Amino acid sequence: MKEYFSRFAIENADDPMIIGAQISIALVTIGIIVGLTYFKKWGYLWRTWLTTVDHKKIGIMYILAALLMLFRGGVDALLMRAQTAIPDNGLLDAQHYNEIFTTHGVIMILFMAMPFIIGLMNVVVPLQIGARDVAFPRLNAVSFWLFFIGAMLFNISFVIGGSPDAGWTAYFPLAGNDYSHTVGMNYYAIAIQIAGIGTLMTGINFITTIMKMRAPGMTLMKMPMFTWSILITNLIIVFAFPVLTIALALMTMDRLFGTHFFSIDNGGMDMLWANLFWIWGHPEVYIVILPAFGIFSEIITTFAQRNLYGYKSMVFSMVAISALSFVVWTHHFYTMGHGVVVNGFFSITTMAIAVPTGVKIFNWLLTLWKGKIHFTVPMLYAMGFIPIFVIGGVTGVMLAMASADYQYHNTMFLVAHFHYVLIPGTVFGVLAGFTFWWPKIFGFSLSERIGKWAFWFIAISFNVTFFPLFISGLSGQARRMYTYSENAGFTIYNMISFVGALGLAFGFLLIVYNIYWSTRYAKRHLTEDPWNGRSLEWATHSPVPEYNFAIIPQVDSTEAFWDQKEHGKELFKGNIEPIHMPNNSGQPFIMSAIFFVFGFAMVFSMWIVAIISAIGIFACMWYRSFENDHGHYIPVEEIEATERKSGVIANED
Amino acid sequence: MKIDHSVPKEYATEENRLKIFGFWIFIGAEVALFGTLFATYLTLVGHTATGPTGSEIFEIGPVLIETFVLLTSSFLIGLSVHAMRLGNKKAMLTFLGLTLLLGLTFLGVEIYEFTTYVHEGAGLQTSAFTAALLTLLGTHGAHVTLGLFWGLAIIIQVSKRGITPETANKSFIFSLYWHFLDVIWIFIFSFVYLKGLM
Repeated sequence: MKEYFSRFAIENADDPMIIGAQISIALVTIGIIVGLTYFKKWGYLWRTWLTTVDHKKIGIMYILAALLMLFRGGVDALLMRAQTAIPDNGLLDAQHYNEIFTTHGVIMILFMAMPFIIGLMNVVVPLQIGARDVAFPRLNAVSFWLFFIGAMLFNISFVIGGSPDAGWTAYFPLAGNDYSHTVGMNYYAIAIQIAGIGTLMTGINFITTIMKMRAPGMTLMKMPMFTWSILITNLIIVFAFPVLTIALALMTMDRLFGTHFFSIDNGGMDMLWANLFWIWGHPEVYIVILPAFGIFSEIITTFAQRNLYGYKSMVFSMVAISALSFVVWTHHFYTMGHGVVVNGFFSITTMAIAVPTGVKIFNWLLTLWKGKIHFTVPMLYAMGFIPIFVIGGVTGVMLAMASADYQYHNTMFLVAHFHYVLIPGTVFGVLAGFTFWWPKIFGFSLSERIGKWAFWFIAISFNVTFFPLFISGLSGQARRMYTYSENAGFTIYNMISFVGALGLAFGFLLIVYNIYWSTRYAKRHLTEDPWNGRSLEWATHSPVPEYNFAIIPQVDSTEAFWDQKEHGKELFKGNIEPIHMPNNSGQPFIMSAIFFVFGFAMVFSMWIVAIISAIGIFACMWYRSFENDHGHYIPVEEIEATERKSGVIANED
Repeated sequence: MKIDHSVPKEYATEENRLKIFGFWIFIGAEVALFGTLFATYLTLVGHTATGPTGSEIFEIGPVLIETFVLLTSSFLIGLSVHAMRLGNKKAMLTFLGLTLLLGLTFLGVEIYEFTTYVHEGAGLQTSAFTAALLTLLGTHGAHVTLGLFWGLAIIIQVSKRGITPETANKSFIFSLYWHFLDVIWIFIFSFVYLKGLM
C-alpha cells in the first residue's frame, strides 16, 4: 500500500516552497467548497457556468482561467529573476530552477496566452460577424473544459509526483526516461495533449463559424480585422496542432511503453522530436501573435477615428505570415548540425517574415497619421506595442542569420528577444483587448486612471526587466542556468532585471486592483458604445443578451456600425422573430472530468483506472450520439421584454 | 428548424450544413495528423537497429486482403448513401451493415498481421522502425475501430428513427469519415507496403 502511494510523492518534499504550495492548494480548495456551500451557490455555479454553452460565458471562463495562470506563471518568473539576481544564490537549487523555467514556459504559452486569446475570440467574434452563437456551441464547451482540465492536471504536478523539468521544448534525450526520472514529463505530454484536443476543436468551430455564419452582406473582405486575424489563426491551429498531437503521443509511448522514437538507442532519433516540436511550435508563435495584431487593428482604428489604412494588404500580410510560419521551424536549432543549405534556406524564409510584419507596422502608423487620437488605456497599449515590438522584431532578424546565431543561441539574448515580441505583442494585445471589450461584456468600464498607472508600470518595468538581458546575453550569459559566478560580470544586468520584474508584478497587481475597484465603484450602464466603436459588437447591448442580436444585422461595409452612426445606414431591418438557441448541458464538464481521471491515471501508469476512464469517455460520446436535443426557442415577448429593459425599444418609440 | 426540401436531406437544415462543413475541416486536421505519422515513418524507416527491416516482415497476402476488403467497404458505403437519398431505408441499412462487416474483417486481418509481426520479433519496442510502423498502422486501425462503433450507433438510430434530416446528416458525415480512412489506407499500401516490398 505504501509502495503504491509512494509514486505520488515528490523528490524534495520537505522544501518549504512545496509544503507551502500544498497547504495553500488545500486551503483554497476547502475555502471554495465551504464558500459555495455557505452561500448556497452550487446550483448557480452548475446552471450558469459549468453547463453553459453560451460563447460569451465560455469566453469569460477562458479569460478568468488565463488570468489565474498568468499569476501562476508570473510567480515562476519572479522566482527565476530572484534566483539569478545575485551570483551564487541559494534560493532555488538546480532541479527546482529547471522545473520552474519549464512550467513558466508551458503555462505562459499554452495556459495563459492561448486561453486569453481564445477567450477574447469567444466573446467577440460571433458579435463582430452578427451571429447568435458559434457553429457548435456544445463542442465549444467541450473545448473549454478540456483546456481547463489540461491546465489543472499540469498544475498539480508541482505537488503530486513532481513538475516537468526538461524545458518547455522538452528536447530528447533529456525528456526521455533515462534523464527525466520523475513523472514530470508524463504530465507534460498528457496535460498538453488534453488541452490540445480542446484547442483543435476550437479551431474547427471558429473556422466554421466565420466561414458560414456571417451576417447578410458581410463578405470575407468586409470582415472586421480582428475576425480576419482569428480566421487565419484558427487555420494555423487546425494544421499545426495535429503535429503536436502526434509528437506528444510518440513522447508518451517512449516514456510509458518503452518505444524508441526519440531515444538514442535502437534506432531512435532525438532530432525528430526537435523537428516535430517546432513544426508545431513556430506556427504556435503566430497563433498567439496574429490575434494580437487583430486586436491592435481594432483599437487603433477606433481611437484614431479613421478607417484602417491598407485593409487588403493587412489581410494579405497575415495570410503570408501564416504560410511562412510553417517553413521556418529549423531556425530554432541552427546550431544542431544541419548543413549550410538547410540553414541558408531557413535563414531566408525567417527573414522574409519581417516583410509582411513590416507592412502591418506601416499600415498602423499610416492609420494614425492625421487621426484624432484618444489616448485611452487600450490605445496606450497599442502605442506601446509598436516601438517595443519593433525592437523584438529587429533582434529577431539578427537571430535569423544562421551564422551569427552561433553567438546568440541559447543565451539570454534569445530570452530577451522572445519576451520582446511576446509581451508587447501578445500580452499587451490581450490586456488591451480585455480593457477594450470589458464594457461590452459587463456593462461598465474599467477605471482609466488606474489602468493608465498599470500600463506605465508594465511598459517601463518590462523594458527594465528585459533590456539588460540583451547585453548579458551578448556577453555570454546562457539561458536556463540556475546560477553564475561573480567573476562572470552578469550581476548588474540580472539585478536590474530583477527590479524590473518586481515592477511588472506590481503593474499586474494594479490590473487586479482595477478590476476590483471598477466592479465596486464604476458607474453602470452609461452607454452601449463607450469608445465610439466601429464594428457590430457595439451595435448590441452591454452586457450582451443571451441571443446577441434581437434582429440579425445587415452589413455592407467593413465598419458597419460606424456607417450606421455617421451615414444613417440601417443595420436592423425586419421584425423580431422567435430565436432558436442551444440548450445547456452538463456533458462537456462531466466528460472532461473523466478526462482528468484518465490523464492522471496515464501519468502514473495506473492502467486499470486509465482503461475504465477511457471507456467512460467513449460512453459519454455514445450517449451524446443518441441524445435528442433540438435546443429551444426564445419567444418574441421575452425578447421584446429584454430589449425594453435594455432601453433600446423604448428609446426608439 | 427550417427544412429546405430542394437539397438532399443531409444538407436540409442550417445545422446540417454547418456540421458537414465542420467535418471537412476536421478531415483537414486528420490529413495533417496522418501526414505527421507518415513523415515520422519515412524518417525512421531505415532505423531498424538490430530488428528486422520492412521487406523481412511484410507479406503481400494479408495486405491485399485488407486492401480489397477496405476498398469494397468504401464502395458499399457509397451505395448506402445513394440508397439513403432514394429514401430506401432497408437498402441503406443493408449496405451500411455490409460496410461495417468488411471493416470488421479488415480489423481481424490487421490484428492477425500484428501478431505475426510480434512473433517474428518486430514488436513495438524492437526498433524505431517497428515503433513507427506499428504506430502508423495502429492509428489507422484505431480509426477503423472507432468507425465500427460509430457506424453501429448510426445503424441503430436510422432503424429506430428512420431517414430524417438528422440521421441522414450523421450517416453522410460517417461516409466521409469512412472514405477518408480508405484514402489513408491507399497511402499506407503505397508508401509502407509497396515501397517496403520493393
